[in-house]
Amino acid sequence: MKKLILTTAVLALTAGAAMADVVRMGTEGAYPPYNYIDDNGEVAGFERELGDELCARAELTCEWVTNDWDSIIPNLVSGNYDTIIAGMSITDERDEVIDFTQDYYPPTASVYVAASADVDLAGGVISAQTATIQAAYIAESGATLLEFATADETIAAVQNGEVDAVFADYDFLLPVVEASGGALMFVGEEVALGGGVGMGLRESDNELRDKFNAAIDSMKADGSLNALLAKWFGEEAPGY
Amino acid sequence: MFEYCADPASLAGFKWLSCYLTTGKHMGLYWAVGTVLLLLTITAPAALLFGFGGAAAARSHFRPLRWFGKGYIAIVRGVPDIAFFLFFVIALDQGFEWIRHQIKCSDWDQPIRQGNDFIVCAAAKLPLSSSPQVFHEIYGFFLAVLTFALVFGAFAANVLYGAMRAVPHAQIETAEAYGMSHRQAFWRIMVPQMWVYALPGLSNLWMVLIKATPLLFLLGVEDIVYWARELGGTKTPQFTDYPHGDWRVWYFLALLVFYLAFTQVSEVVLAKISRRLSHGQATLAGEKQRKGPRGRGKAAA
Repeated sequence: MKKLILTTAVLALTAGAAMADVVRMGTEGAYPPYNYIDDNGEVAGFERELGDELCARAELTCEWVTNDWDSIIPNLVSGNYDTIIAGMSITDERDEVIDFTQDYYPPTASVYVAASADVDLAGGVISAQTATIQAAYIAESGATLLEFATADETIAAVQNGEVDAVFADYDFLLPVVEASGGALMFVGEEVALGGGVGMGLRESDNELRDKFNAAIDSMKADGSLNALLAKWFGEEAPGY
Repeated sequence: MFEYCADPASLAGFKWLSCYLTTGKHMGLYWAVGTVLLLLTITAPAALLFGFGGAAAARSHFRPLRWFGKGYIAIVRGVPDIAFFLFFVIALDQGFEWIRHQIKCSDWDQPIRQGNDFIVCAAAKLPLSSSPQVFHEIYGFFLAVLTFALVFGAFAANVLYGAMRAVPHAQIETAEAYGMSHRQAFWRIMVPQMWVYALPGLSNLWMVLIKATPLLFLLGVEDIVYWARELGGTKTPQFTDYPHGDWRVWYFLALLVFYLAFTQVSEVVLAKISRRLSHGQATLAGEKQRKGPRGRGKAAA
């Protein structure tokens, strides 16, 4: 169980502020490089580093929790954790239910990956993770959508021929394509989706949202956010 | 874990595997096996208790109690498990927090429900959001035990209700003819005899309970199926020292072996219990035991 006990930013003690404030950070832990579980069983990835830095700047004590993607919003609003930091794109539909901070990653490109170059993207079967903007896009596009609970399964579906292609974030698919040794390839055009990636919070948590917004502002201002983005998503990743 | 694990890329064969299988992440899997076993050992007696209570209530002569018992059996058995596990647990959790909120924060002036949000004061949170993650997991585990016990208790109640009716009525009449009160006849005659009738149904339930443990993940407890899926998924070299392809089939094969071995052991144990319970009973199996193996029975006659 210790695997998830990831208390951070003990410096809040010395600062004397926000001592009793523990902010529980909810993430999925299955979407590298945004967030994943490393070999030690701990949450790692871009959002782990970003979240820890934001908490340090906002003088908050943060604790990391993992939750299924499917139920990540219901568990936030019922109070099992206080933020969603899980590569979640800011969309109008989600904004009706929860609040978002400003984006910490500009609107991202989504791409198709298939096992061969000549698949039919317009009318074929495309896999996407349930309740993502990519799934919504495919459902509208006219192709047949096959949803999976985790992003990993969407790729496995391409590898075993269950679907023609997978549609997901470029940053998530890039390491997969690189590691496949040519078995998987990008096909079709890039599609720009979503309004950037932000942290999700309960609509009533305005104070916490302001704190995180201020911390993101300061990271954008001093360039440390760009450095983090370059570290995890490559030098050509969009920055601020 | 081992010293030679510092650079897994240089290892091969058994050494690599020994490092791979002892990563912190795999410890999570092994820990989850313990969690599942612990859940079963706590839930099974708890469900039996709920079942016994439900069955006793359903047979009660006091009408409201009887309605309650029958209602419990009918409603819980009728609602799909997955709906129960999704809805009931959140409701239960919010119910607890609501009660604590009423007690601890009487001066709170904001509504608890604000749109989609469920907001209670910080002191009413269960567990407190400042308490370490381990308490959150224990609390989740406790909710899981309670939910499993409630659901399986309803099925157990139905089994026990049937078993109680299966005890020959003449036994009760005889007991009462000997001057036992209703209560005495129930505890001394009916209850000891009903188990043999209940056992086939209860053993079925036990098997289903073993297989239902993956529902734990719905309750935020990381069970073995979650870890098998997480560990077996394709791992690319950027994010792990142990990259591998889609190994889910191997992990799920291990799970298959685990579950089959577990149910097999259960079968053996349940068969033993059944033999013991049949001893001296006026059932076919009990009669067989009394007469002994066929050959000897004939010789004795």
